[in-house]
Amino acid sequence: MSGSKVGLEVKNLRVVYDGFIAVADTSLRVNAGESLGIVGESGSGKSTVLRAICGLAPRQSGTVQLIGQSQDPLPLPGSKPFRRLVQMVFQDPYGSLHPRQTVDRILAEPLAIHNMDDAETRIERALEEVGLGTGFRFRYPHQLSGGQRQRIAIARALILEPQILLLDEPTSALDASVQAEVLNLLEDLRARRGLTFVMVSHDLAVVTHLCERLMVMQRGQTVELLSSIDLAANRVSDPYTRTLMEASTGFRRGSEEIGEPA
Amino acid sequence: MNSAADIAPKESLHNWLMSDRPQSRRQAALGRAYGGWRTFSRNRLAMLGLAIVIALVLIAILADVLAPYSPYIGDLRTTRLLPPSSAHWFGTDDQGRDIFSRVIHGSRITLYVVVLVAILAAPIGLVVGTVAGYAGGWLDAALMRITDIFLAFPRLILALAFVAALGPGIENAVIAIAITSWPPYARIARAETLTIRQADYIAAVQLIGASPWRIVLRHIMPLCVSSVIVRVTLDMAGIILTAAGLGFLGLGAQPPMPEWGALIANGRLYVLDQWWVAAAPGAAIFLVSLAFNLLGDGLRDALDPKGVK
Amino acid sequence: MTGLSATDPVLVVDDLRVSFPNRDGGRFEAVRGVSFTLGRERLGIVGESGSGKSQTGRAILGLTAPEGLVTAKRLEFHGTDLLRCSPRQRRELRGGRIAMVLQDPKFSLNPVMTIGDQVVETLLAHTRISAKEARAKAIAALEAVQIDDPQRVYKLYPHEVSGGMGQRAMIAMMLIANPELLIADEPTSALDVTVQLQVLAILDALVIQRGMGLIFISHDLRLVSTFCDRILVMYAGRVVEEIAAGGLADAKHPYTRGLLNCLPRLGDNRHPLPTLDRQPEWAL
Repeated sequence: MSGSKVGLEVKNLRVVYDGFIAVADTSLRVNAGESLGIVGESGSGKSTVLRAICGLAPRQSGTVQLIGQSQDPLPLPGSKPFRRLVQMVFQDPYGSLHPRQTVDRILAEPLAIHNMDDAETRIERALEEVGLGTGFRFRYPHQLSGGQRQRIAIARALILEPQILLLDEPTSALDASVQAEVLNLLEDLRARRGLTFVMVSHDLAVVTHLCERLMVMQRGQTVELLSSIDLAANRVSDPYTRTLMEASTGFRRGSEEIGEPA
Repeated sequence: MNSAADIAPKESLHNWLMSDRPQSRRQAALGRAYGGWRTFSRNRLAMLGLAIVIALVLIAILADVLAPYSPYIGDLRTTRLLPPSSAHWFGTDDQGRDIFSRVIHGSRITLYVVVLVAILAAPIGLVVGTVAGYAGGWLDAALMRITDIFLAFPRLILALAFVAALGPGIENAVIAIAITSWPPYARIARAETLTIRQADYIAAVQLIGASPWRIVLRHIMPLCVSSVIVRVTLDMAGIILTAAGLGFLGLGAQPPMPEWGALIANGRLYVLDQWWVAAAPGAAIFLVSLAFNLLGDGLRDALDPKGVK
Repeated sequence: MTGLSATDPVLVVDDLRVSFPNRDGGRFEAVRGVSFTLGRERLGIVGESGSGKSQTGRAILGLTAPEGLVTAKRLEFHGTDLLRCSPRQRRELRGGRIAMVLQDPKFSLNPVMTIGDQVVETLLAHTRISAKEARAKAIAALEAVQIDDPQRVYKLYPHEVSGGMGQRAMIAMMLIANPELLIADEPTSALDVTVQLQVLAILDALVIQRGMGLIFISHDLRLVSTFCDRILVMYAGRVVEEIAAGGLADAKHPYTRGLLNCLPRLGDNRHPLPTLDRQPEWAL
């Protein structure tokens, strides 16, 4: 399959919920075929950025647009053609599949909405691509494990053959061993289809494994933009990023600032 | 070692339905229904309720065959107000008609009322509730205010008004009951929709580009249907009683239709000395209402999506 | 200093088994013969979902779901037989001498009571003191978990505080009756990484100060190995390996090694990641 020709550019995005500024004037740019990771703790706004890109969160100001070479004008965010180009994989495998629909129905739905023919073949191919056999096709979500559900979620996202994949903590809710399988799957799919990734995670190791560049967010603001290689080599400029890095190494007795007692 | 051929056919059907690897849509859907049935059938009282409801349906269908006498014709001279006996199991009424036959034929009317009200009220409530819950904003507010208005009407008073306007009759009674029955279903559907709306699987299907109508009809409604079904079943007792009340007031089924409420009204005049005229239809109403309640309870346990095993 | 001496067993578990009925009429064995002794130390129990680690913790406290069956050759807390003691004795032990901290304070704190009221409730359930004294002790407990303004937090509801604060309040609630054994089931999994370490530091300080035994149940092998003195690795209801602190690199069981290997590491360049090749004999 041909590689990704479109990338994404976000300029000065601002998302406000009832007076609370979830994302403040954030900008990012991912070129076709690249992978960007967004790292931060809870409340950093990282997931909100993803949701604002695909229209699930309200944008108060700022622009989201596709960039890249194309003869026709690139679709606007929120339009149906945009949806074919940009898809998302959600965090919670237990909540992202409709509990009353079989896998077959879940995968057939995007094809029906976009009037794509040849549903049978596409569904079978999608299942194969994520490493699940045909025995899974008519199961209900409660008959699948967490890792299997996440694979179905990935299959659903890819069945429309998008070029940009947004990943919202895709492996946080999975066991470590399953996480490795899903990460390998994502990497493999990206290489095969030439996808562009934007991945959100709180786990530095996971995000540097999959992404070439990183954006660190704290309380809605962008704190630092750096490459994974620089992070791994500790060439880090911002103190918050450094704190995150140190925290990921685990507990060290006697070295913690736990706050002054009153 | 048993070979496949040795396994009893019943066991292998069970295995096919409970299989972890369904091979077709049909197998998956049947398997799911079978799982629900197994949960339901473990509840003895619910099974009793179901049995009574099935009996009601059968009696209604076979009324002509089962009733020993005509429900409309009685002999005023010889068979008036006879107590229960081997010839007349429930006795006779003031027109000499066999009460047993009248109760049997009355089951048809009861079933007619209950089914029509369910068919009319439940879909209206479901649609109003899911649309209001999903749309939010002014549409939600408007629909909910309309629901509140209908909810505020006491059923019997509205039925009286209807019948006064359109004339008495069983069809008008059905319409009156249906119009006052749908608001609770709308409320239930809306409450469920508000929760479901936040789920990631709805966000996913929005992201795919589904239109709001598609989302409401094909993704949200199926999840609300079970709560509404349970509520409708539990309401049926009340519907029967309301129809009986209307019949009692002379507003529902008109004589000589043997509607159970009308039978009780009839028996009211004789309740002291000829208690059997009102007793049999009263017991019938009680039994059927109880059955629907038990059935509804069992359905709720079996249809609860969180309890699906 | 890595921990206090394990000579005085706080808890003795011998051949603990927990099973549940499954829908086909058989039984599903969640815990299949777990045995260990706990002294005044930090013991980690690590496993993935379905390994039986949470069920082990719950069985010790008698919190297994009613349809579950718990058996053991020995399940003793300071000599008291936990399986055969009366429900009254168990209630007195629970919250008083044995406490449990759960994963998500959003779900384990009562949402309609203030934090202070909940801490006081625990105290009043296990000691006979006046309300005024209880309040003073509650404030002291909130201070002990490094909450900066205990008077203010006392009056707040659980939804008004952050996850880290909620978890500290939970710890305060659990420790106020001075338990001798604390079972913590994924106490930091729902928290941000920086907050996790703060909460662990608090737990650590409290364990050292009070000489408590701590059972730390988690899925995070690396985190537990940096925090606990000893680690039990569970798989399919059994303990497959026991490792001492700092001995992760010498882990012998293929499951443990596989689990460690499949974790992505900052600075590593392993593409694709090694995955866990589950051998059926591990589940035997």
